[in-house]
Amino acid sequence: MPAWLMPVAASTQAAKVDRIFIGLTLVSAVIVLLVVGLVVTFAIRFRRGSKADRGPLPEVVSREFEIGWTAATLFVFVFIFWWAASAEIGAFSPPKDALEIHVVGKQWMWKTQGSNGAREINELHVPVGVPVRLVLTSQDVIHSFYVPAFRLKRDAVPDQTTEAWFQATKTGTFQLMCSEYCGTDHARMLGRVIVMEPQDYAAWLSAQPEGDDLAHQGERLFSEKGCSGCHAPGSSVHAPSLAGIWGQAVQLDGGKLATVDAAYIRDSILQPARDIVAGYAPVMPSFKGLLSDGEIQALTAYIRSLGAGPREIRTPGVPPLSSRVPGAQPARSPAMVPGAPVLDTPAPAGPAVRP
Amino acid sequence: MSTRVAESPASLADPDELALGLPESYLSAGSTLGSWLTTTDHKRIAILYALSVTLFFFIGGVAATMVRLELFTPQADLVGADTYNKLFTLHGVIMVWFFLIPSIPTTFGNFLLPLMIGARDLAFPKLNLASWYLNVLGGLTTTAAVLAGGIDTGWTFYVPYSTTFSNTAVTVGVMGVFISGFSTIATGVNFIATTHLLRAPGMTWFRLPLFVWAMYTTSIIFVLATPVLALTLILVAAERTLGLPIFDPARGGDPILYQHLFWFYSHPAVYIMLLPGMGIVSEVITCFARRRIFGYEFMVYALVAIAVIGFFTWGHHMFTSGMSPYAALIFSFLSFVVAVPSAIKVFNWTATLYRGQVGFESPMLYVLGYIGLFTVGGLTGLFLASIPIDVHVQDTYFVVAHFHYIMVGATVSAYFAGLHFWWPKFTGRMYPETWAKFAAVLMFFGFNLTFFPQFIAGYLGMPRRYHVYPPEFQVWNVLSSSGAAVLAAAYLMPLGYLTWSLFFGARAVNDPWNASGLEWRTTSPPPRDNFFGRPAVLGKPYNYHPEGAEPVHDQPRMPSQGSLT
Repeated sequence: MPAWLMPVAASTQAAKVDRIFIGLTLVSAVIVLLVVGLVVTFAIRFRRGSKADRGPLPEVVSREFEIGWTAATLFVFVFIFWWAASAEIGAFSPPKDALEIHVVGKQWMWKTQGSNGAREINELHVPVGVPVRLVLTSQDVIHSFYVPAFRLKRDAVPDQTTEAWFQATKTGTFQLMCSEYCGTDHARMLGRVIVMEPQDYAAWLSAQPEGDDLAHQGERLFSEKGCSGCHAPGSSVHAPSLAGIWGQAVQLDGGKLATVDAAYIRDSILQPARDIVAGYAPVMPSFKGLLSDGEIQALTAYIRSLGAGPREIRTPGVPPLSSRVPGAQPARSPAMVPGAPVLDTPAPAGPAVRP
Repeated sequence: MSTRVAESPASLADPDELALGLPESYLSAGSTLGSWLTTTDHKRIAILYALSVTLFFFIGGVAATMVRLELFTPQADLVGADTYNKLFTLHGVIMVWFFLIPSIPTTFGNFLLPLMIGARDLAFPKLNLASWYLNVLGGLTTTAAVLAGGIDTGWTFYVPYSTTFSNTAVTVGVMGVFISGFSTIATGVNFIATTHLLRAPGMTWFRLPLFVWAMYTTSIIFVLATPVLALTLILVAAERTLGLPIFDPARGGDPILYQHLFWFYSHPAVYIMLLPGMGIVSEVITCFARRRIFGYEFMVYALVAIAVIGFFTWGHHMFTSGMSPYAALIFSFLSFVVAVPSAIKVFNWTATLYRGQVGFESPMLYVLGYIGLFTVGGLTGLFLASIPIDVHVQDTYFVVAHFHYIMVGATVSAYFAGLHFWWPKFTGRMYPETWAKFAAVLMFFGFNLTFFPQFIAGYLGMPRRYHVYPPEFQVWNVLSSSGAAVLAAAYLMPLGYLTWSLFFGARAVNDPWNASGLEWRTTSPPPRDNFFGRPAVLGKPYNYHPEGAEPVHDQPRMPSQGSLT
């Protein structure tokens, strides 16, 4: 396909999508040609006053035709469904070792933060050939994270997390757009995804004025916001320990089981009275309005970093966090010192004013 | 054949009528404004609807024109961001709820449903008039929202933008749509009751013209789906005005729930817009191919299948919302399945031409255009039903192009086909055929020039609802805006020559197309009570056989000894 008809394909999924698209275009072209061809042929051949033969059709023939093309259409359509769906099923879940990036949409900018600490606004740097898992949320209305070159789109929904993943196959700079209408400057909620060679990416990462990674921030918040006052071991308040609960099923008051995931932690922070762990009193206050979405994400990352096995909770701050944090230790640069200043408002990507 | 005039009384429906004297037509039953505004005659109410939907069509059309003009260049030079957002919202809200949904059912359905089944009026004539008032009240309320500063949410009113973040006249706007919802529900109830209760003797279910079947299935969707939308919009209004936390995520609400409720209505609403057009096409193509419809029973089953399966495909609007991937697979599968009956209809229309006597009068040109546009629109629906492709093109111009092919290209072509086909029956006048043919051809090419480039722009990644866009998309937008100018001319022309024909057109005979339907077995325009006597139906519809001959008028026929009513 010529370049002006097909967008750049720069991810593993893009190649699959384009194959299905071209296949479906060919099937459609055949059907359109068939229908238009028959309509034009019949209309001309059987135009009023032409000499064409017009004997009656036997009833059986029309019935067989009817059943024949119903079955044929159904077969073709179900085949296309199977083809498209099987490509989709393969893309359901990201590889285990995917680089995790948290994306927050807000009117009208994208904030991204890697689990390895790099924070950006309207930009996202990723290494080529490495699967990247996006965890999206929004601070206000629904946005949609759209990178045409990756054939990737996922809505960022307020107070919910959605996920998507991609693996870039080409280096370069690719357009990021918001595709879910979000108000006045929807059309200017743009950004760039910069795909780099792994060594360039490492160099870029080490040059970032890095703050903490997400789990470290969460660890700090855990003590700053007073969570540790009750949830740390040795606290006088009878509250469940959070060590090792990630991904586990916990017994709730009333006999139900709940799995500890991002949604459960979010609910437990914002609506603590809703699900009470069996054996504990409903004493926790709601943190609604006291924690931002980003802070909840950080706390979630911290709790997850405490792992899925039974493990003693640490006193916040003192020993360094283990390598259970996504984005393993060796991949992180020595410049990523916890507590280093974080630039919160770098200039938006791209030209400030569109040409 | 199109401009035969009533040169001799012998061409009237039944010579016996002449001896008894012709009752005056429904048009001359009263000429004061009051007589129109208080009428319970289904035909007059159809004319009222025709006037109101035409008004709303041109209001929505002006907004579309502004949108296309702005998109001519990549910069914001004609209007700014907020104005643009209000313009596309106005275009969508007015066109969907006050033109496309009421258009064919309330004008052609109102006028023709009783005539086609041999009834004197709808089952509930006063409810019918009330429906029109509700429709106009709703339309004026929404238009008032525009005067009060506009709405900037898009026609979908997605939360939490519409409930918490937009500071435009959203409440007034959704109340207008809410009110008009009762109009469509009442129309649906009326049509269902009429079809069940008022069919003429011999008009069995499988002798109904396909247009009646289309109205019947549409009415069922009206009655089942519209209440869901009405309640959803009332919840949006309640959240805005009373602060009820229904959808607000900050207070435990779920914005995705809104999308489920909205599309549970709005996807079947696509079939509300589509099925009536299919009905018109079946009437027109049989008449101008002089052929019985191919596979009548299958056409009926296809209509019913589309109406039923259409209720279970709404999730395909939400593939990128983060819904369960397994749910997405099921919605994808059902969306492919619902395309099968649509394909059957296209094949059957095509086969109807086979061994016919195809004429190319203007209604037929619109219908041939319809088949092409509907085929393209339907097939691109398969692209959108495929999850991986949908993820890429969701909320891009690909989607915009697809639904315009279905809802505008196909349905509006059918609307104009019907308008030209039944114009002699509605008004008693013939329109200038050459102009009509020219407008039909212009509409087809203008439409394709406007919307085909949008498929390409969409796949290249141009999102919808952008007033500024990356310059690489400009070539496609220039093509599209140029096509829109052609299309606007094609939509304005009928307004001119049809109005002209009201005053200067030749008088129409009762059956200028030699058509077989019951609506042609009365005068043009029909009298208040539609028929002279009670019609009886003796056979199947579309009795255009035997091949090569003029249609036989002996069935369905009107008993000549019928009493005047």
